[in-house]
Amino acid sequence: MLKFIVKRLLWMIPSLFAVSFLSFVLIQLPPGDYVTTYIATLAASNEIVDQNTAAQLRERFGLDDPMLVQYFKWIWGILTRGDFGISFEWQQPVSGLIWERMALTLLLAVASLLATWAIALPIGVFSAVRKYSIGDYFFTAFTFFGLSVPSFLLALVLMYVAAVEFGQDVGGLFSSEFETAPWSIAKMLDLLTHLWLPVAILAVSSTASLIRVMRANMLDELPKPYVTTARAKGLSEFRLLTKYPMRIALNPFISTIAWLLPNLISGSVVVAIVLNLPTAAPLLLQSLMAQDMYLAGAFVLLICALTLIGSLISDILLALIDPRIRLE
Amino acid sequence: MTDIAVTNVQPDRAAVASQWQLIWWAFRRHRLAMVALVVTVAMYVVALVPGFFAINDPTLQNARATFHPPQGLHLIDTSDGFSIGLHYYPLKLTRDPDTLAAIYKEDTSQKMPVVLFGRGYEYSVLGLFRTNIHLFASADKSRPLFLFGADRLGRDVYSRVVQGAQISLSIGLVGVFISLLLGIVLGGISGYYGGRIDFVMQRVIDFVLSLPTIPIWLALAAALPQGWPATLQYMMITIILSFTGWAQLARVVRGRFLSLRTEEFVAAARLDGVSEGRIIFRHMLPSFSSHIIASVTLAVPAMILAETSLSFLGLGLQPPTISWGVLLREAQNIRSIATAPWLFMPGAAVVIAVMALNLLGDGLRDAADPYNK
Repeated sequence: MLKFIVKRLLWMIPSLFAVSFLSFVLIQLPPGDYVTTYIATLAASNEIVDQNTAAQLRERFGLDDPMLVQYFKWIWGILTRGDFGISFEWQQPVSGLIWERMALTLLLAVASLLATWAIALPIGVFSAVRKYSIGDYFFTAFTFFGLSVPSFLLALVLMYVAAVEFGQDVGGLFSSEFETAPWSIAKMLDLLTHLWLPVAILAVSSTASLIRVMRANMLDELPKPYVTTARAKGLSEFRLLTKYPMRIALNPFISTIAWLLPNLISGSVVVAIVLNLPTAAPLLLQSLMAQDMYLAGAFVLLICALTLIGSLISDILLALIDPRIRLE
Repeated sequence: MTDIAVTNVQPDRAAVASQWQLIWWAFRRHRLAMVALVVTVAMYVVALVPGFFAINDPTLQNARATFHPPQGLHLIDTSDGFSIGLHYYPLKLTRDPDTLAAIYKEDTSQKMPVVLFGRGYEYSVLGLFRTNIHLFASADKSRPLFLFGADRLGRDVYSRVVQGAQISLSIGLVGVFISLLLGIVLGGISGYYGGRIDFVMQRVIDFVLSLPTIPIWLALAAALPQGWPATLQYMMITIILSFTGWAQLARVVRGRFLSLRTEEFVAAARLDGVSEGRIIFRHMLPSFSSHIIASVTLAVPAMILAETSLSFLGLGLQPPTISWGVLLREAQNIRSIATAPWLFMPGAAVVIAVMALNLLGDGLRDAADPYNK
């Protein structure tokens, strides 16, 4: 077991390295650099930047170095000092801007994951046990609907309904009086009253696929002889289900963390932008538009790293539960 | 899902039927998937010649019709005796004297007939020839019919949705085609040769699959220069979408290759001295092409959703290109959808398209293995 975990942890190193390089290449892709964009913005308001100032700016941010040198400077700063560089647009260190937003992103992802499980598990089991019942057809229809609605559309429609029918603004994660307030119990409670909407939106699309997985797994397990044996021994149907087939059918639930988490985080990007949540996504979009490369790079890197860690956790959990995997 | 009962077909017929025939028989039993097939085919027909199905020029702006609400079509007219025929009533624009807000009222005194195969604006059919015949046309061009209403510039939402189908539906196909090429080549190499190559390829696929796609697409799309021509933009977006889409297909291809590699008929072919290329394309590929088709059908809607999301966020296709995602940008702020909820119509088109393709792919996947069950 220990060997498995160590091996899996060692795999994280090249993966994280690849992710960091990928994010750096991604943010380097746009033609020109921040200084070009900066000059263009100033020129739009009839201000002219002379060549010297531009060169000074480039020098200050090291924009003239070859890409690999820039990359190693960047990653070295992150590893040794937790320094993600400077946001050109905000004129302050990136690390000061990202952590609270990343924490809220993580909170949103974890809350949606838990909600997804809580909804998908009972429905999946029900659909399998009452196969081809009205309820099963209803949930099948629901899952196809959930898979087909883009999450941003769902967010827009809910916002529309809330605004027109109830006259409420459901955007954001905090009420206005708490937005800039320091963290407190009241602020936490306020967060919870706002969190349910994005969580519900994200859960709709992800439960759809999970219900189908759960249903298929249960259908595979239910006709097996051990179920018949347990039933013959007089076990109550509920106890029988929860004790045997469900435990085996649950395996893929854990392995799904690996692909559910990237999906949830991906989906949360669009939903967060529509609902204007103070998570990483709106700032990421803004920084990409403005070519604020260190800020964008930090977000892409951290979001990718988050999903890698998610798949690590799911692999380890899976190995803990299923001996077949760790012995492989 | 549904149990495929090949046994229901007469046994002698099933014995001599080709694999594709068996798949078709199994697929036909899946009623929902058949409906989805019809819807999908209909939508792609619309996407092929959107001009024929559109009513008004989708790019035509009309200052007298900003946020014009949808008009109802009527079939039976009882105002003057009894007559049957598709018609509509033009809406009269008045302004609220205090707020100057536009108020549209149905003017039942003027009956406007809808002409089947009538003449309208000129459009090009697949770039081959130009015509002005439309499925529906209004008799009087100065009083256009707004089936789904109009947007803030008075452009006809219905015609724009129809026009958008072309880009939105084709981008899924093209994107999946590129992903499929990559997936077959990389997954095929991985599964056919196995061993170390397979190990490395597996790690790469795992890595790509564990990446959150939307932030990466956003970053890639942000790198596209704004001023590019529409066709180039279109190609780049499809390539960006395929950047992560290939991994899923590569995994499917690899799995099939691995399981087929040890089959007797492959071993027999190899012992007969058949070349590797011929083994792959003549012996192995036909036996799993049905699976590939099913996975591809399931990948298309994901691509459509991706394009819609990207364009909606403003990093995908740019206006004046018309795609469903671009159209949904009009519905971005709460103020405009509060006054004109019909701007959600492109969203409905997305949902119907994606749902039909998902159901179709699901039915195909169940039917793809007629020997199973």
